[in-house]
Amino acid sequence: MELTKDDVRDIATLARVGITDEEVVLYQKDMSSALKYFDKLQEVDTEGVEEIGHITGVTDVYRSDKMQEMSDDGKKIIMDNIADTRDGYIKVKSVL
Amino acid sequence: MIKDLHNKLVSGELSAVELAKKSFGTIEQKDEELHAFLTVMEESALRQAEAVDAKIKKSEKIDLLAGLPCALKDNMCVTGVKTTAASKILENYVAPYDATVVSRIKENDAVIVGKTNLDEFACGGSTENSAYGPSKNPIDTTRVPGGSSGGSVVAVASDEVVWALGTDTGGSIRQPSSFCGTVGLKPTYGRVSRYGVIAMGSSLDQVGPITKTVEDAAIVLSRISGRDELDATSAHSGNKPYEDYCVGELKGAKIGIPKEYLGEGLDDDVKAVFMQAVEKYKELGAEIVDVSLPHTEYAIATYYIIMPSELSSNLARYDGIRYGGAEDVEPQTVLEQYLDTRGKGFGPEIKRRVMLGTYALSAGYYDAYYKKAQKVRALIKKDFEDVFEKVDYVFTPTAPEAAFKFGAKVDDPIKMYLSDIYTVTANLAGIPAISIPIGTVDIEGKNLPVGGQLMGKWFDEEGILNAGHTFEINS
Repeated sequence: MELTKDDVRDIATLARVGITDEEVVLYQKDMSSALKYFDKLQEVDTEGVEEIGHITGVTDVYRSDKMQEMSDDGKKIIMDNIADTRDGYIKVKSVL
Repeated sequence: MIKDLHNKLVSGELSAVELAKKSFGTIEQKDEELHAFLTVMEESALRQAEAVDAKIKKSEKIDLLAGLPCALKDNMCVTGVKTTAASKILENYVAPYDATVVSRIKENDAVIVGKTNLDEFACGGSTENSAYGPSKNPIDTTRVPGGSSGGSVVAVASDEVVWALGTDTGGSIRQPSSFCGTVGLKPTYGRVSRYGVIAMGSSLDQVGPITKTVEDAAIVLSRISGRDELDATSAHSGNKPYEDYCVGELKGAKIGIPKEYLGEGLDDDVKAVFMQAVEKYKELGAEIVDVSLPHTEYAIATYYIIMPSELSSNLARYDGIRYGGAEDVEPQTVLEQYLDTRGKGFGPEIKRRVMLGTYALSAGYYDAYYKKAQKVRALIKKDFEDVFEKVDYVFTPTAPEAAFKFGAKVDDPIKMYLSDIYTVTANLAGIPAISIPIGTVDIEGKNLPVGGQLMGKWFDEEGILNAGHTFEINS
């Protein structure tokens, strides 16, 4: 399947990845050839085949619903990783 | 090697501090050129080593891993230590907790020397996708070490550490092990906890050991494997003392050679080395059986749909808010902030895969790509179920060629993806697989290592470890 430049720009926005005009040209070529390669799977008859969920068949995993305290050091590291904070809160651009 | 060093520590012939200093000396001497490490942890490593020496002095019992220098791929969280996944977006990220594999080896008093280089977010087969520059193959520095766990493999191959951990989503432990002459094991999916390991393709990722000998891989696996409540996908079956299964006897074992792995694309010299290894197994008393895995030709397409889909979903968290610092340009809206941070923070291969994955999961295409791929994956798994009715192990080359030159494949993503052709099937089927050195090929005057891959039944790590060990001690 051939992607247009506009397709590539749309996908980049959906993926939340900013790309330059030169990158649009590059990814148009790369992604189109990858998608063409994926067409190979259409040859395979998968009628009645159940798709894989968990590969070794693990189901119904439970754990106790208990809060665990994180150390103050750990909390500090988490907050230090965040670009912009104020009074112990994460600061973000307004969404609306 | 681990057992020898352990005995020397216990007998007092060597101290853990001496071993750690030797490790840092080797890093100092070699790593400027080889670039296995992204972070070296000298201070904490020496503290860990001193603690082990104190235990030995008091005649306390120590674990086999205690006091031995090891390295971790830089996609595993270690409290208070930078964990970058070789991405610019995590350049300043410090992990607030230990991955389960890390807390397990810390409990055993392993000495963590540093964090190793990889392809960004473990996406690649050469370390050329690292945002911090590639690692080099210690056997021929004009060649790639393989990837994505290239740094961990180089650290072991060049004696900077005794053992290392890598991760393997489509061959990232086994292929570099083949290129650098180490042993690399990808366990059964779920055998080892993924908690605290930066996720790439969550239904495929596994952590595993990289070592000099098969027995060492067994020793490390025994200590990192087993159920973890913090990883819901980890398997319920208990871990075992895998090293006890390395008995060095194979008589009567049935080894399948799949014809699909010996066809077009396999280098002639690599094939010749592989066929000698098959002969060796015959001499050791194994029965060699020709088998077929008919859906092999669809494995790369299947893998390169499933993995980018899962990657794009896993990497959505790198939003420039909780991870990844604000850039110098001040964006006006949240969307602009996302586009800017991720556009600048991700390298070209990550962008390519995240976009492919986003496309494959988007409305209208999900059935044609992701769902179809998960169905073909079921058929690939079925191939292995059928073959394991007839044989105990499947034996193949690990990679279609020896280590390639830097730059040889960077311009052609599909060509790069095809070098995973023999390794992705084990991840898709969830089975354990190990790469062991089986010989060398002479290219431009250098003896480049060649790996052979043993694949086993689900949760039969002990079987492939013994088969690998038996080969190793007889060659």
